[in-house]
Amino acid sequence: MIGLLKRDLALAIKAGGGFGLALAFFLIVTVLVPFGVGPETGILSQIAPGILWIGALLACLLSLDRVFQLDWEDGSLDLLATSPLPLEGVAAIKALAHWLTTGLPLVALAPVLGILLNLPPDGYLWLIASLLAGTPALSAIGTFGAALTVGIRRGGLLLSLLVLPLYVPTLLFGALVVTRGAQGADALTPLAMLGGITLISIAALPFAAASALRVNLR
Amino acid sequence: MSMWEYANPRKFMSVSGKLLPWVAGLAAICVVVGLVWGFFFTPNDFRQGSTVKIIYIHVPAAIMGSSAWFMMLVASLIWVIRRHHVSALAAKAAAPVGMIFTLIGLYTGAVWGQPMWGTWWEWDPRLTAFLVLFLFYLGYIALWEAIDNPDSAADLTAVLCLVGTVFAVISRYAILFWNQGLHQGASLSMDAEENVADVFAYPLWLCIIGFGLMFVALVLYRTRTEIRARRLQALIAQERMA
Repeated sequence: MIGLLKRDLALAIKAGGGFGLALAFFLIVTVLVPFGVGPETGILSQIAPGILWIGALLACLLSLDRVFQLDWEDGSLDLLATSPLPLEGVAAIKALAHWLTTGLPLVALAPVLGILLNLPPDGYLWLIASLLAGTPALSAIGTFGAALTVGIRRGGLLLSLLVLPLYVPTLLFGALVVTRGAQGADALTPLAMLGGITLISIAALPFAAASALRVNLR
Repeated sequence: MSMWEYANPRKFMSVSGKLLPWVAGLAAICVVVGLVWGFFFTPNDFRQGSTVKIIYIHVPAAIMGSSAWFMMLVASLIWVIRRHHVSALAAKAAAPVGMIFTLIGLYTGAVWGQPMWGTWWEWDPRLTAFLVLFLFYLGYIALWEAIDNPDSAADLTAVLCLVGTVFAVISRYAILFWNQGLHQGASLSMDAEENVADVFAYPLWLCIIGFGLMFVALVLYRTRTEIRARRLQALIAQERMA
């Protein structure tokens, strides 16, 4: 399992450039927002939590079709399926690798982008906390979506259509944590909810992803 | 004699063929009588005027929109556990019907909300949850369309339906946490103290029953179409082999 994780991380960082791409996408989306809504700092600081969360979510989505697609094309997914490693474990490791290469860098980048959007000073800690608690759910849900659509040619658009409705509760609580934190209101309740969703996703979705992979490998 | 006998496509076709005209006829009677009764023979509400009468379409459509997803969940579970093809096809057949009911519920709500709330759309928990449900229907149908092999499509959509149900329920309660609503609470419950007055409730119940029967009739009809399409494909494949 560790070997698979190392291999996926090495592939993500060295080959294909998917690693930096999601970060660059996050940056560009955030920079484009003020052009769309105008440069008034008051409005920007009000919508900053939501924009940062949506940007992180879209950046996550962008790199999802790579999770299984390359392994599917060159046949290594079949090898993984016949290896002694359970397919549920493979799905969990894939989600973890996706999180380490996409979610974690996004968490690190988000405070910088918060400055661009004039996020209130109280919000930064909550921004980091909510992204840390929420992005693993994004990766786990996304891995499930990628497993569903792995057999479909050009399934990228379909993948977004399937995954985005599943992202609704994560996004909702994540943005709520930052909004409330920035206003100095109680942010611990939504943070606990967000953590709950993440734990459910991590616990249950590798099984769903593995069953979808089994169907696609049939 | 067990209910699983009807999972045999041939048995299903013969029974549903006999049942379909009756269900469809009963649905038509209930809907027509309920709507005519509701539209022309109930008093106007003292504050909402005649706009209140849209509930005879809005409420039944909304109820069926969410019930259809529940029916798809049960059908998907039956397919996953017992592998009856009729069940998978019934889930496939129900999805567009449920989606349209959801859309009707959203549309009639907007039409009513414009004069009453002064807005076509409000990010109210119920409205938002229905919009999310609509998105789930879209994804489910798109997944069916995208996969060629019918058995894999049935398996994958069943998994999506199960996971989607969990997340739809989480979304429902997450949205309640997120925003307080304009939408009124439940007022047709058996045990609540304050309910819709009987003059309005009787035709409303009739419409709900009628919409339910209409859903059953449409799903039976569409499932029969799916089974015939499947048979046709099998025949074409046989022809090619010969």
